[in-house]
Amino acid sequence: MTEAVPSKAPEPKLRWQEAKIAAIMPDTPRVKSFLLAPSAPFPFRAGQHVDVRLTAPDGYQAERSYSIASAPEETAAIELAIERLDDGEVSPFFHDIAEVGDAIELRGPIGGHFVWDVADGGPLLLLGGGSGVVPLMSILRHRAAVGSRVPAFLLFSSRTWEDVIFRNELLALDAKDDGFQLAHALTRDQPRREQDFGRRVDAAMVAELVGRLPGPPRHVFVCGGNPFVEAASQGTIEAGVAPSMIRTERYGG
Amino acid sequence: MVTRGFTGRQQAPDIAKRLPPGQSLVTDFPVLSAGPTPHISLGDWSFTLKVGPKPVAKWNWAEFNALPRSHQIRDIHCVTKWSKLDTPWDGVLVDDVFKAAGIDEPPTKFILAHSFDGYSTNVPVADLVGGKAMIALRYDGKPLPPDHGGPARLLVPHLYFWKSAKWVSGLQFTERDEAGFWELRGYHIYGDPWREQRFTGD
Repeated sequence: MTEAVPSKAPEPKLRWQEAKIAAIMPDTPRVKSFLLAPSAPFPFRAGQHVDVRLTAPDGYQAERSYSIASAPEETAAIELAIERLDDGEVSPFFHDIAEVGDAIELRGPIGGHFVWDVADGGPLLLLGGGSGVVPLMSILRHRAAVGSRVPAFLLFSSRTWEDVIFRNELLALDAKDDGFQLAHALTRDQPRREQDFGRRVDAAMVAELVGRLPGPPRHVFVCGGNPFVEAASQGTIEAGVAPSMIRTERYGG
Repeated sequence: MVTRGFTGRQQAPDIAKRLPPGQSLVTDFPVLSAGPTPHISLGDWSFTLKVGPKPVAKWNWAEFNALPRSHQIRDIHCVTKWSKLDTPWDGVLVDDVFKAAGIDEPPTKFILAHSFDGYSTNVPVADLVGGKAMIALRYDGKPLPPDHGGPARLLVPHLYFWKSAKWVSGLQFTERDEAGFWELRGYHIYGDPWREQRFTGD
């Protein structure tokens, strides 16, 4: 809450524009990635999101916000990872109907708080629950794209090993040994690796992770459903991190 | 632009007319905030009214709870696209806060609301008086839980819900319309959901 106020001039008006679906990639049984090519590409910062708008033939419109998963180094197409919510209105459209070549409307980038640039430094503690990993993935891809060695830790809570979004890419990033460390917390599955956990996030877990970083975290980003964010952020405070260093983003209710 | 294959899930007309553009109905109560939930004990709680830098009235929890209570049932609209209808609140109308502080005529046209976690948001005085806004102490008949802004939050239901500052610690009259936390980060200075004023320039 106390980071420096952005000094840049206010953003210009965010206009709706058409974006073409350039690729659709399955991530997990419930999550697919959509590569969207905006007709007017825009710069963004890691952690920001876009608004998406769908229009029915009778003019009815539905809007949703989705975090950008891709790195800001690539603007010709941005990646959104969308979880299919069975009672949803927009996510079933993306999963069941949308095809490569279709156009949707979007506008962005949005959000000037839950953002990280390599110049902001670290150590970086990222805590993600389920699809809450998406903006954290943009941060990690940005870090990797610029060859940063800023110490960074991702604790990623998923139901099962099958539900781990970006699993292979994250394991590959972990294997680079460039200052990034990864721990999975599987809430309904056995841990697969020595450094992983087979339970929900709690204060003891966060304290252990903070201990694995080479220094106290300077920026903490927490994203997920509200129960995850509450547990992870309160655990981080109990681990001795000042609340002012913790940024949160919460999905749904 | 019609989206191929999208039909959507339209609400019944009596619900649809209460949803501002781009909003979807929820029945749960989503939680959103920029940082961790602060847990403020009632013994540490206070509410301060300032004119510019100068405090003009301050209440502790017991004193604030002794102010006249009002009940409101309102529809609320979050900029993240959800709306919730008929939400029941109890608290102290901003009118009654001003009256208790002996303020008959607001000294300026703008308010900056402040919170215990450092959050702030700006609202014109005209949008806070005349029964339009309250310092809410209870939701659905129960004390306001911390993740929904308890012990007390500002409630300005006719503007996007980021204006209804959680964990509110005071109101400050300002000479100019001073942008608050989200207003400095790309969000609209006023935030009327019916004009879909989500972001700067909307």
